[in-house]
This record gives sequence, structure tokens and C-alpha cells, in this order.
Amino acid sequence: MTLRGRLRNPTGRTPPRRLDVLQGLSFDVARGEFFGIVGKNGSGKSTLLKLLASVYRADAGSIRIAGRLAPFLELGVGFNPELTALDNVVLNGVMMGLSQGEARRRFGEIIEFAGLGEYTDLQVKNYSSGMKVRLGFAVMTHVDADVLLIDEVLAVGDAEFQEKCGEVFERMHREGRTMILVTHSMQTVIAYCERALLLEDGRIDTIGGPDRVAERYYAVNLKAAMDRPGAALPDIAARIVSAIADPAARITDAWLVDSEGERQHVLERGQRIELRAQIRVEQGFEGLYFHFQISSTDGRTVFASDRAALGEDRFATAAGRGLEVAASVENLLPPGRYTIACDVSRGPEDPAGPRKIVRLEVAGEPWQGTISLEHEISVTENSAEPVVGR
Amino acid sequence: MSSRSETLELRPIRGPSAFGGGLRRTWDLLWLTSVTDFRLRYTNTLLGYSWSVLKPFLFFGIIYLVINQVLRFGGEVKDYPMLLILNLVIFQYFQETTSTALRSISSKEPMVRKMQFPRIVIPLSVSLSAAISLLSNLIGVFLLFLVVGLDPRASWLLLPVVLLALIVLTTALSMFLSVAYVRSEDVGQAWTLLLRVLFYATPILYPLDIDAIPDSIRSVIAANPLSPLLEQARIWVIDAGAPSTVELVGGVMGAAVPLLISVVVCVAGFWLFNREAPRVAEAL
Repeated sequence: MTLRGRLRNPTGRTPPRRLDVLQGLSFDVARGEFFGIVGKNGSGKSTLLKLLASVYRADAGSIRIAGRLAPFLELGVGFNPELTALDNVVLNGVMMGLSQGEARRRFGEIIEFAGLGEYTDLQVKNYSSGMKVRLGFAVMTHVDADVLLIDEVLAVGDAEFQEKCGEVFERMHREGRTMILVTHSMQTVIAYCERALLLEDGRIDTIGGPDRVAERYYAVNLKAAMDRPGAALPDIAARIVSAIADPAARITDAWLVDSEGERQHVLERGQRIELRAQIRVEQGFEGLYFHFQISSTDGRTVFASDRAALGEDRFATAAGRGLEVAASVENLLPPGRYTIACDVSRGPEDPAGPRKIVRLEVAGEPWQGTISLEHEISVTENSAEPVVGR
Repeated sequence: MSSRSETLELRPIRGPSAFGGGLRRTWDLLWLTSVTDFRLRYTNTLLGYSWSVLKPFLFFGIIYLVINQVLRFGGEVKDYPMLLILNLVIFQYFQETTSTALRSISSKEPMVRKMQFPRIVIPLSVSLSAAISLLSNLIGVFLLFLVVGLDPRASWLLLPVVLLALIVLTTALSMFLSVAYVRSEDVGQAWTLLLRVLFYATPILYPLDIDAIPDSIRSVIAANPLSPLLEQARIWVIDAGAPSTVELVGGVMGAAVPLLISVVVCVAGFWLFNREAPRVAEAL
């Protein structure tokens, strides 16, 4: 630093720079709605959530809310490691707006929900991280708020915990609570949210149905990866971008049908999955290929189909034509929530165009394991080798 | 679970603030955090809570040894050891509260950045849990007074007036320091230094009426807002014949200076805290 610069700025600190994180945002969330907020890192999601949670104050504009709001920006953030579960639950409950007495009364319920009944006297610092998360989540579900703000909660914990989260979100939603969920997972958005908001550089990019938002999210993310300065654009990346920006065909609609041919996204366990998709060809091309994959809410791909040719000749895939695809899949899925992402590509090895995402719910009792197989267990007595006590 | 059919009114969210969030909740939070802070401070120690009482007494022992036995000071002051320990206990509250409160907001960073609650709870809980310590120490001090044969007087009951003024002043200062520290960590260094200066510039080790103090220095020390508090505590608790602050500085005008400074500190504390509280989460 020059002497002159040193004199002007004696402490040598870089002067603070003004950064407008959010601009021109305006949206409503209806009471009882399950609303998603998505966007890539740095798009302003967390700032928006913190404004809603009264952690930050907006420089301009107004936010209004009906009823009591409980923010869960991080599970168990208020926990003091030196305290026991009881003390922490009471402190956390009061933070979230319960009275002290109410928080104490609910402790039993909370600890039972968290499955930590044997560990109530233990200091929280001796809890495993999973136990802490469970306790935090249990508090969250018992604070009786009208609006819940949830940030990436589903990203922590194992598959079983995520499944439980899903059930609880559903239950709270049924009770008429308003749920606002910030997430990176499009599977989660599609499985749970009724509407969603895509933030891009602090502005609303898209607001509306979760599938539309998810499609935009993928497109925006891909574009951002390509626009990064200095990044050499590999051939394959360029083809991925052009496949999405300038697709050979678009899937205009996709849905599941039941045995009567009616649209239905809830299936019984073991009931065959019947997928239908409406495709509009944008550019005549030698061959179009349809493909879909089923994912669980934690983002795992459970099943990916073959790429199926939709007609080999130019005529079959002439621009402007509409095609309807029907796919039928054996259903070995355990009960739970899934998404089916469908896409069309120009060739079997080519990058896929914009995806259309369908939600699927398999009804039934919770299931252990990754697939649900038909099975029978029978018992016969074997008298030839009697059991002898030793 | 209650039904959600009742109509709810839309009300604006103004973001975090120093005081907002309901009196009941603020009080609940304040009480819970203060009590747990107080409890936690001694949970992992062998002697537990007795440290809280032991600390000022041990400190007193050393200082008394040096000042009275080595330097031979205090002989002419009535009940000097009693005065010394009372002063030390009171100053310890001031020192502990302000230096803990200074870092209180930044040490609770995860909570401040992730949760919504009236920010005032943070410095207030520091002050409250230190006040609990102060009271328990004073009980020890007064028990000692009775044991060594200081005659109980009705004016002992007036001490809470001094304590109240002390707590208000200390709390306001703590509020000021807690948000100032978030803006600039230099405040931390400066305050450590200033506390050391204040320890000697407050009539703790000596009363203000001793002849050895030149008048010019006496008027400076008398301007310290803590001085009249300690002098008044001395009159009410130790020595009814000790001169009042007005007598010491020779007039009401002089006595008004520390009062004025106290008022300025209180107003500045509330003002700055109220102004900065909505933004501390971003500034951390």
C-alpha cells in the first residue's frame, strides 16, 4: 500500500461494499399452503428466509404475516451443549414462542417423538449429531406455530429420518399450517410443495407450480455453470446447454394413470406404474429418444429406464407433430414419495432436453428396505430332528 | 392440536429489534438464560457455587495483605477491611458484567444469526446473572460483618438504593459495549484498559476523604459515576460519619457531574442498543 493510501485508510481495512441481495421481490403465500423457495447458492434464499424469520431487517419494503411464525433455520441451533435435554427443550420452546409452562408440559411428548426417552438426563454435548437433530426436529414439530420456516432440514439425517420429516411435514400441512421450505432438492419441492419460487440474483425468476419451477431451476443452474468466466466450454457442455435451450422436442405434459385411465398420482403398493407423456416435436430430427427415471425424495435414483426410440424416420419426428408416449413399469417401490423425471433426447447418447417431472406416491404402511418384494413365509414342523435342550 | 379455522390478522414483520417480541416472552427468556448461565458457570467445578463467594474474598485477602500489612495503609480509616471488601464486591460486579457483556452478542453468534428474539435479552441476562452473584456475595459480606462485630444499623436497609443505581448504570453500559464491540473489536481492548484505570480511579482501595489525595485529583475521581455510589454505600453500611459526596467535592454542582455522566451513559446505552439491535445479525 502506498503512503498516500495508508494515510487515507490508516487501518488498512477494505471499505465495506454495498451489496443488494434482494430486489423487487413481491409475492404472497396463502394460508395453509406448502410453499418452496429454491435458487442456487448466493441467489438470496437464505437472506429472504432470514427476513421472514425476523433475523434481518429489510432496508425497504414490507413483509406481513398472519399468526405465529416459528423459524427453523438450523435444527437445534439454540441448544446449549452443557445443558440437559429438558433445559434445552424449554429454552428452545420459549425462543419459538411457547410459554415456559407450556414448554415444560410438552417435554414428554417431544422427547418421546425424538425417541430419546432414555437420555433425558444426559448433557446435549454427549448426544450424537443424529440425536441432536432429532431433538431439534421434535421441538420444531411441537411449538404449535401457524407458519413454519424450514431451511434445508431434509439435507441432514439418514434416509429414515428424512422419511419421518416428510410424514411430519405432511401432517402439519394437513393441520392447516403454512409451510415455507427452502431447499436445493427439486425432488423435495415437487413431492411436497404446492407452489414454489425460484430466486435468481435476488429477483424472482419464476413463481408457480413446482414442476415448472424445477424445470427452470435446472435450466438456470446449467446456464450459470456455462456462463462462469474463464471456464472453457467443453463440447459436451455446449451440447447439454443447447439440448435444453433449443430442444428437439418438448414434453408438454406427463402424468400417471390408474386402471380406468384416469389421472392418479397415488398408487397402491405393487400397483403397476402407468406413465403417459405428451410430446411436441420442435425440430425434425432423425430419431428421438424418450427416457425417464424414478427418484426418491432424498435424491437417489431408484430406477432409470432405457432410452426408447420414438420413431426412426424423419416423418415420424417431423417438426410440429404431437406424440403420446405410454410407459408401464413394474412397481417394487416401498411406500413413500417419488418423482419421475421424463426427458427426450436426439440420440441414445445425446444430452437430454428439458425435463418434465411427475410426482408419485406409493400408499401403504412404512416399509423397511429399498424395494418391496412380494413374499410368503411358511412354517412346517420338522419332527425328524427334535430340539434337545443342552 | 388446536384447530386452525380461526381468522388471523396480517401484521407487519419489522425484523429483529432490541425490545419487541412480547414482554412475557422477553421475561421468560431473560430468566431462563440468566439462571442457566449462572448455573453453568459452576457446574463443572468441584467447589461449584462456592467459587462465586470465594473469589472476592480471596482477592480481598491479597489486597488487604499488600495494602494494609505491607504498605501500612488504612489504619486511620474506620473499619478499613470491611470497607475494602464491600468495595471489592461491588466493583467486581461492575467489572464482570461489563467485560462479559462486551462479548456477549458475538459469543451468541449462531443464535443471533439464526433465531428471532428480542436482542435485549443478551446483555440483560449477563447483567441479571451477575446481579445474582452480587447478591449472594453481599450476603456473605454481611454475614462476615456480623461475625467480626460490626453493629447492624437500620441504614443497611438503604443499600438496595445504591445497588439499584449501580445495576442500572452497569446494564446501560453493558448494552452500549455489547453492540459497540460488534461494530469494532477495538472496543474490547480499550475497555480492558479502561477497567484497569477505573479500578484505581474509583475509591475502592481508599476512601475519598483521606488527606493524601490532592484536591485536583479528588475532583477528577469524584466525577467518576461509581464514586458517589461507593461513598454512599460506605455511609450507609460502614461509617455513618463519613463525608457525603457533596461535602467531598464542596458543593452540589460538583456532585451533579457524576450524576450527569451516569445519565449520559444510560441514555447512550439505550439509544445505541436500540439503534444497532436490528442490524447486529448482519454485522456479526
